[in-house]
Amino acid sequence: MSPADQDLGDSFPHYEEPPPGHVSGSRLERVLRAGKFAVTAELNPPDSADPADVLEAARPLGEVADAINATDASGANCHMSSIGISSLLTRAGYGTVYQISCRDRNRIAIQGDVLGAAAMGVRNVLCLTGDGVGVGDQPGAKPVFDFDSLSLLRTIRTMRDEGLFLSGRKITHPPRMFLGAAENPCVPPHEWRPERLAKKVDAGADFIQTNYIFDLPVFERFMARLRDLGVDSRVYLLAGVGPLASAKAARWMRSNVPGIHIPDTVIERMEKAAKPAAEGKRICVELIQQIREIKGVSGIHVMAYRREHQVSEIILESGVLKGRVPQRRRSARPRPAPV
Amino acid sequence: MYRLRLFAVRHSRGFEWLYRRLERLMIGLDPLFARIGHDRVEAPVALIERGVKSLLFDCRMCGQCVLSSTSMSCPMNCPKQLRNGPCGGVRPGGFCEVKPAMRCVWVLAWEGATRMEDGARIREVLPPVDHGLKGSSSWLRVSREKAAALREAREAERTALARAFPAAREIEPATAPLAEEPPRAVSQEVRR
Repeated sequence: MSPADQDLGDSFPHYEEPPPGHVSGSRLERVLRAGKFAVTAELNPPDSADPADVLEAARPLGEVADAINATDASGANCHMSSIGISSLLTRAGYGTVYQISCRDRNRIAIQGDVLGAAAMGVRNVLCLTGDGVGVGDQPGAKPVFDFDSLSLLRTIRTMRDEGLFLSGRKITHPPRMFLGAAENPCVPPHEWRPERLAKKVDAGADFIQTNYIFDLPVFERFMARLRDLGVDSRVYLLAGVGPLASAKAARWMRSNVPGIHIPDTVIERMEKAAKPAAEGKRICVELIQQIREIKGVSGIHVMAYRREHQVSEIILESGVLKGRVPQRRRSARPRPAPV
Repeated sequence: MYRLRLFAVRHSRGFEWLYRRLERLMIGLDPLFARIGHDRVEAPVALIERGVKSLLFDCRMCGQCVLSSTSMSCPMNCPKQLRNGPCGGVRPGGFCEVKPAMRCVWVLAWEGATRMEDGARIREVLPPVDHGLKGSSSWLRVSREKAAALREAREAERTALARAFPAAREIEPATAPLAEEPPRAVSQEVRR
């Protein structure tokens, strides 16, 4: 052991190589490759520098999720960084999905961050284009978009599988990442969304997390086309769901958040309900149960912005875990360094 | 100009045909460009290219033109400058997330691909833009590349021949030459 290793003590685990047949060995990858129905959930990142706030936000999700997504300034609004949250949660024993948006960082920063995240034990990464800066809280910011989500996927795959930066320089310990991409099946151009998903798989995606699915017929058509293209057997697809709070909130989301499609029938159902929040939850549970029956769907991704307290109930009521309990890994928690 | 840009995408097949002709011409002219010096022809060709392509496609002179893979819908007009779009924010009717009055350039591209002979090219994953090449001529870059590839293919042919007849090459070197040939030593008619 070198003196540097001794300084670190036991508090940092050594870089673990993935088991055979796995690219990352992340819990999410193991669950999916074992053929189990996976659950991921999105964390609402705190506007705070206190790690306790991150752990508090993760607690209601960790009971039911195989991995927690740490968003990267979603909606172009500034919050604690995805890499910071992913690192904290990994050390606390949770599986995490580190989200990278191409909006805010160039290729130099992103490739460095991927190595940093991998060194911190992060094993899943979701490559996103990102919303435009104009919808966020600082619309005067410079939009970067040096990569797009596909060139980002191909870049991280090259780093992982070839052990090279995009410049061709060698990486001594490649980042073992399970590569994710997003898809939005319910917005235009509907006929080309499956083709573009196929392109993302070609670029390197191992798993897909979709945007909100509220329109089941549209999603079913999308999945049928994916099966025709043979893409469903090349990638794990987690369908995005979430509980609506009220008809008003649904309308607001539809017109203010980019890429969200909520059919009028769903909004009408929310309007007629005596208890909208409970109805929103019921719709979500029903959707999950219908979605899990669709061939080619490997799991669900719950995005319950400000309704995180409902996530656990939604998952348990839907019955998708079939009694399985996603476990926090104790050994990954930091141990005090020997004195 | 937005309307001309839409026209170009509607007629993506015609422009595909036209560009192929132009590309062949440029490859044919490559030896001439080489003699004048690629550096010297760069500025005038880039000027012409800028004029033609800004008018037709609202070209931003990224220097790494992919119009033939995007149905003549220039991806540099995407506010996120995606090279592999569309993003997930496309509005109903196929309008842009960031500029709601503009049709999404990638929706147009995928539609236009169905009209093209080589529409399958849109399925290829494209690399990020090299910002160092901004403002330079993409036409010249393509013709240099393709001319070099042709030379390489010819070279590979010669190498294979020399390898297949090593003894002949030793006693009669002119039967399987490997050294570079000056252009005048080779009949241009045969080469074409």
